[in-house]
Amino acid sequence: MDINATLLGQLITFIILVWFTMKYVWPPITSAISEREKKIADGLEAGERAKRELELAEHKALDIVRVAKSDAAHIIDLAHKRSVQLVDEAKEDARVEGKRILEQAHEEFARDVSRTKEELRLRLAGLAIAGAEKVIKRNLDATTQANLLDDFVAEL
Amino acid sequence: MTTEALTTAEYVQHHLNHLTLNLKTMSLGSDGFWTLNLDTFIISLVTGLFIILIMRFVAVRATAGVPGRLQNFVEIILNFVDKSVRDSYHGTSKLIAPLALTIFLWVFMMNLMDLLPVDFLPRAVAPLGMPHFKSVPTADPNMTFAMSITIFALIVFYNFVIKGWHLGREFLTKPFGAYLFPLNVIFRLVEEFVKPLSLALRLFGNMFAGELVFILIALLPWWAQWLPGGIWAIFHILIITIQAFIFMMLTIVYLSMAHDKH
Repeated sequence: MDINATLLGQLITFIILVWFTMKYVWPPITSAISEREKKIADGLEAGERAKRELELAEHKALDIVRVAKSDAAHIIDLAHKRSVQLVDEAKEDARVEGKRILEQAHEEFARDVSRTKEELRLRLAGLAIAGAEKVIKRNLDATTQANLLDDFVAEL
Repeated sequence: MTTEALTTAEYVQHHLNHLTLNLKTMSLGSDGFWTLNLDTFIISLVTGLFIILIMRFVAVRATAGVPGRLQNFVEIILNFVDKSVRDSYHGTSKLIAPLALTIFLWVFMMNLMDLLPVDFLPRAVAPLGMPHFKSVPTADPNMTFAMSITIFALIVFYNFVIKGWHLGREFLTKPFGAYLFPLNVIFRLVEEFVKPLSLALRLFGNMFAGELVFILIALLPWWAQWLPGGIWAIFHILIITIQAFIFMMLTIVYLSMAHDKH
């Protein structure tokens, strides 16, 4: 083993290699690595945050559903009450209307009866007079006839 | 092996020689200190460029989105190095982590050359008129010392910059107290100078020994080579990785020691 000028040559080579590595190799690669590490850390953090947000949203959704359910129950209750009320009202209306129609019918019937009675009375009077005419076989003057008719009618 | 039959000693000797360039005459051959081990130089350069180009390729196309296979692979290594640095170094220097990464990858790649068949590269370059070729740069002390001396320079630099005057007190009073200050100074100097020495010699020793075992295995008859060769190669996969890791780890530890005040 003899030391010679090779030592100097290798010394220079070594220094150049180290300088090059320090200047052009180490920084880009390490910065890429640390940048990736940061990216991964950010990604993990974002995932964690999203999970928390999802949980919050789920809670909120449950709250909304609960409120909606109670609202719906309330509305259904109201509707029930209203429908019962409507039915009652309709019943009442129908009763009143029925009564009214019945009364009307009664009145009409009464009117018909009295009219018919009147008619019958008149016809009976006519018949009676005709009968009387035939019985007495003579003509009464018009005034007497009318008086007789009136008396007869009044007697009926 | 060259064409003429070689003895065992000659074969081993042949494989332990570097391909050298005489820097004074700029021709193959050696001349004392002004000699360049071309094989070490070329292989380390090729592996270094290979790493740097791949890393740069990944760095340019690095995305913070879904990474591709290559980026993923590089990121795994980078995170591993970064974690090792963070575990033992608590300073703010932007140099330590890239330095550790460079050391780990480069040392690993150069160690990996040990797994090439021992005769592969020497045979491949022989037709080009190159008599010797050692394919493992980290089995060359020039290579390992070049790195450890750079690291030593950084240790000294950080010691002065971070500690300032405190360094003087540390030199004089630790570990035996102010009254034994000559002993403290000697102790500290030895401690500091042993760091680059141990760093360089550990890697060199491991790789040199590993290569030597491969050369010895290559001396066996062809039908007996596969078993020890296989075992040693598999074991060596572990060694080259561990040695690269140790070199990186000790660099980090030494530099963090240079930062810590006692």
